[in-house]
Amino acid sequence: MAENMITVHIIDREGVQHDLEAPTDMNMNIMEVCRSYELPVEGRCGGMAMCATCQCYLESDTELAEQSDGELDMLDEAFFVEDNSRLGCQIPVTAEIDGIVLRLAPEGN
Amino acid sequence: MIETDIIIIGAGPVGLFTVFEAGLLKLKCHLIDSLPQPGGQLTEIYPKKPIYDIPGYPTVDAGELIDNLMEQIAPFKPEFTLGESAMTIDETDDNKFIVTTNKGTKHIAPVVMIAGGLGVFEPRKPPVENLEQFEDKGVEYIIKDPAFYQDKKVVVAGGGDSALDWSIYLVKNNIASELSLVHRRNSFRGHLDSVQQVMDLAAEGKINLITEAEVTGIGGNGKLNSVTIKHKTEGEVVKEADHFVPLFGLKPSLGPIADWGLEIDKNAITVDTRDYSTNRPGIYAIGDVNQYEGKLKLILCGFHEGTIAVQSAFARIHPDKKNVLKYTTVNGVNGFE
Repeated sequence: MAENMITVHIIDREGVQHDLEAPTDMNMNIMEVCRSYELPVEGRCGGMAMCATCQCYLESDTELAEQSDGELDMLDEAFFVEDNSRLGCQIPVTAEIDGIVLRLAPEGN
Repeated sequence: MIETDIIIIGAGPVGLFTVFEAGLLKLKCHLIDSLPQPGGQLTEIYPKKPIYDIPGYPTVDAGELIDNLMEQIAPFKPEFTLGESAMTIDETDDNKFIVTTNKGTKHIAPVVMIAGGLGVFEPRKPPVENLEQFEDKGVEYIIKDPAFYQDKKVVVAGGGDSALDWSIYLVKNNIASELSLVHRRNSFRGHLDSVQQVMDLAAEGKINLITEAEVTGIGGNGKLNSVTIKHKTEGEVVKEADHFVPLFGLKPSLGPIADWGLEIDKNAITVDTRDYSTNRPGIYAIGDVNQYEGKLKLILCGFHEGTIAVQSAFARIHPDKKNVLKYTTVNGVNGFE
C-alpha cells in the first residue's frame, strides 16, 4: 500500500463491510473518511463533537486515545449509545488505527 | 402583513450579512428564524467555539462574530420575526411572495432569500416506539407553561441543563405531584450548581432520580398513562405517568423548505451560480442551504453568495434602475432613517 495510507473497515447499517483506504497525512477523521466515500454518515456539526450523527461502535481491539470531555458530553445526550460508542469525527486517521473496525450506529440522532 | 424588499429566511451569519449588502443597494430586509435569537447554529450550538477562517480575523468566537454582524447591519434597520418557522411561500398575481410562519405571521416582498443553513431547529426525539402518537397527549418536547404540569406525574428525560433546570423548577415550585428524572449515565453534564440541586432534591426524596436508565416505551389509551424505563442492570419497570418530557436539545432539519417547489438535491437547494437563484424566479438560496458544483459550506463563501444574490435581486426589484458597484471606502455606509 502507498505510503501514509491505512485501511479502515466500516460496517454500514445493512451489515455490509467497506474496506476503505485513508491517508494519514491529510488531518482527516473517520467521519470525513466515511463521507469522502459517500457512506451514509451525516456529520451534521462538521466534526465538532456537537451532534452524534457520526456515532459508531468500535468492534476491533484497536487502542484509541482517551475520549475528550466534549465527546463524552455529546454521547451523554445521544441515542443508541453502547459501551463501545465513539464519535467518528473524534477518531483521527493515524498509522496506529490501521485495520480498525467500526460499525455505524443507527440513524436518528 | 409585514412588507419589505427582501424576506430573508434564516438569521444565521449569511442571512445577517446579506442585510448589509442589500442595504448598500437601499433594499430593506426582514429576517425570519425558528430560533428565538439571531445567529443560527453559531449562537444556538457553538457560541464559544473559535472560527479561524473569517478574512481579517485571525480568530473570532462564533457568538462574537454574530454580535459584530448585528452591529454592522444595524444602520440598515433589519426587522426580525424570531421564534417562528417559515412554513409556506405563496406567489401573488404581481409576482410578489407571501411567506407565512407556523404562527400565521405573514410577510410580503418581491424577493425571498433562503439562508436556512441546515434547516429548521426541531427537538431531538428519542427512539421510543409510538412517541409521535402521544405528542400533545402527554408527550411534550418543550415546556411552554409550567402550570400545565400542576399536580401531574411527570417523567423528564435527559442530562443537560434544560432537563436539570426544569426538573428543579417543577419540584421547587410544588408543581409536579411526582417528578422522575431519567438519565442514561450516572453523571450529568449540566451546570454544576444545577447538578448539585438535583442531587440534593433526590436525597430529600423530592426528585425520583433514575440514572443509568433510558425510557424505552410509553403507553396509554389515547392519552399517556405510563412510561417504561429500562435500567442498565436492573431491567425494565413500568411507571405511571401523566407526562413524558424528553429534553435532548435541538437538531436542524430541512423541514418545510422541501415543500416549496424548489429543486432539491442531497438535502440542499440547487442554484445557478451566476446569481444563486433557484428554479423559482425571485427566490434565491445562499449559504449552507444551497448546493452547486464546487460548493464549500463555509461562512465566507456564504457571504460572497449573499453579496452576488442581492445584485440580482436589485435588478428584479428595480428593472429600470441603473446600478453600479460602489465602494464603502468611497461612499461610507449610508444607513436608513
